[in-house]
Amino acid sequence: MQKSFVMRNPSTLVFLAALAMFTILVTVLAEGSGAGVISTSFVKTLGKTLCLALAAVAMDLVWGYAGILSLGHFAFFGLGGYMIGMWLMYERTRGIVEASLAEAQIPPTAQEVVDAIGNQIFGVVGSSEFPIVWSFSDSLAIQLALVVLVPGALAAVFGWLAFRSRVTGVYLSILTQAMTLALALHLFQNDSGLRGNNGLSGLQNLPGMTHVPQATISIWFFWGSALALGLGYLFASWIVFGKFGSVIRGIRDDEARVRFLGYPVETYKLFLFTVTAMIAGIAGALYYPQAGIVNPAEVAPIASIYLAVWVAIGGRGRLYGAVIGAIFVSLVSSWFTGGQVPDVNLGFYTIKWVDWWLIVLGLSFVAVTLFAPKGIGGLVDLWADRKSPDRHGADLGPSEGSLQEKEAVE
Amino acid sequence: MSALLEVSGVSVSFDGFKAINNLSFSIGSAELRAIIGPNGAGKTTFMDIITGKTRPDEGRVVWGDLSRSLLDMSEAKIAQAGIGRKFQKPTVFEDQTVEENLVMALKNKRGPFSALFYKRSADDMTRVGELAEEINLSDRLRFKAGELSHGQKQWLEIGMLLAQDPQLLLVDEPAAGMTPSEREHTTALLVEAAKTCAVVVVEHDMEFVRRLNCRVTVLHEGAVLTEGSLDHVTSNQEVIDVYLGR
Ligand SMILES: Nc1ncnc2c1ncn2[C@@H]1O[C@H](COP(=O)(O)OP(=O)(O)OP(=O)(O)O)[C@@H](O)[C@H]1O
Ligand SMILES: [Mg+2]
Repeated sequence: MQKSFVMRNPSTLVFLAALAMFTILVTVLAEGSGAGVISTSFVKTLGKTLCLALAAVAMDLVWGYAGILSLGHFAFFGLGGYMIGMWLMYERTRGIVEASLAEAQIPPTAQEVVDAIGNQIFGVVGSSEFPIVWSFSDSLAIQLALVVLVPGALAAVFGWLAFRSRVTGVYLSILTQAMTLALALHLFQNDSGLRGNNGLSGLQNLPGMTHVPQATISIWFFWGSALALGLGYLFASWIVFGKFGSVIRGIRDDEARVRFLGYPVETYKLFLFTVTAMIAGIAGALYYPQAGIVNPAEVAPIASIYLAVWVAIGGRGRLYGAVIGAIFVSLVSSWFTGGQVPDVNLGFYTIKWVDWWLIVLGLSFVAVTLFAPKGIGGLVDLWADRKSPDRHGADLGPSEGSLQEKEAVE
Repeated sequence: MSALLEVSGVSVSFDGFKAINNLSFSIGSAELRAIIGPNGAGKTTFMDIITGKTRPDEGRVVWGDLSRSLLDMSEAKIAQAGIGRKFQKPTVFEDQTVEENLVMALKNKRGPFSALFYKRSADDMTRVGELAEEINLSDRLRFKAGELSHGQKQWLEIGMLLAQDPQLLLVDEPAAGMTPSEREHTTALLVEAAKTCAVVVVEHDMEFVRRLNCRVTVLHEGAVLTEGSLDHVTSNQEVIDVYLGR
């Protein structure tokens, strides 16, 4: 009998333990639970960061393990946010509308209520009609299902078209980016039915929970994010440490060889692309209620590129690397762009980090790619001394990799 | 005797250059066959056609008792039908252990869900052990394939072929870059494999071919020049002119 995969892979256990400890620590120190060391807004930042880490795990599965550099996973993330945002906005607006109509002498008809909600939500884009995409916005259950189904369906259709035609490498990346751009441009339009560039807002307010302070809600979402990350990480480990992981790493390293072993490579890619899109959708659905707003700019291709940068800096092809990259880079990034880092006055020029941060990030990305392809996660190897064997001597045979002098004399 | 694989009248051209020219070939089950021929004769392309990597412009490729055409099957389907292939350049998954490489190759269901829920059964691991024994890598099971020597990689790749439990093995230059003793072991492996399945070996090294002690097909400019025992083909004047004499 085999040991369970968690036991065979202690890194998963270590990660889950660290996540649990972090969650407890933040909870104890948070404003919502009385200690007040960590402000509510920072609890939200941390919760959001965990969601980004989950998206990075999805990205690592698809890129780090299977070699598919998708520049569309943040679009799936955004779509997840839109799906939950529709329900949040609808229900909350309904609460407000009903409260205000309750004052009226004649009780409003159901249709009047719906019209008033429509007016409230779509007034900014000069409309009051509910578009078809909002058909289920009054049902939490359906919108929750759509959080995974919409990104999943988009990924499945797109992936089916792309993988079936054997589009790979840079061309695939460009295609995914085109998909993301098309989606963002569509969402930007007022008649997309999702309020154009206004996006969906007020998402931090939970319908029916108006009496609960944000300090408490922020902790709930923090827990939700930690749980999702924990489960997502566990799921991802289960995928990569088994034979499926072996096959997708094979696909990454030599797709043709995997095909000649009899594996339907395209089916594997499609499966992984779709599943990771769903994970990204879930991460987005937890992120945007903490951010309060989701708009088309979130879906723009640059966001998906960031995702790739995080995974690269953290170390692709190892799950904790993706998490480290996402947490480290996004926190440092918000620190720099939030204006908290003092400007550097060089006398002739003042470096304003708000403007220079992107350049710093870009340079670090290049540096990591060139000099430390294993990323931050590679440090763990140094510590665990997981070195690749050091082979000395010249190759004996006619081609690289043949027996080497020292090995032959052994 | 009905042939296991029957290739007839196959042609392929790349940008007007005929790499395979009206080639016909057949092999029976449990037959060992060597293919020789000068560089660019089309030996690798011939294997590409059988395994579905390259689609021929014309001709038929018929497989097995049911006489199925391989031409409209995907690479993965052809592999599942029982045709295994070793590439000219050794291609094993260097980032994975020898054991993982073998487990991946073992004859099991190939779909994503089967892989997700796959558990290493005792039978499978016994088979992996046997294979490792055969290819001299028993003490290397936990090593990454990338750490193996060139010859060991070639063996691992042959082991992966055997793990698929194929009916036909296509082996492209298995002895390239091997030390003499490694070559001997490789010969033994192939001869052993040919007891249970058909094996086609492409090789330049005449000594190696001689040790295989089997029927030889000579390819030249994309077509069969001659076929027969090694002594028969090596005494053929045309073969001497285009290949041996150089
Ligand atoms: N994809 C391709 N595109 C264009 N030409 C090709 C392609 N594949 C093979 N060729 C050409 O077809 C001819 C046959 O090549 P092939 O690789 O089959 O030869 P070979 O007999 O295996 O030679 P070697 O002994 O060097 O391995 C060569 O001239 C080669 O340049
Ligand atoms: Mg060749």
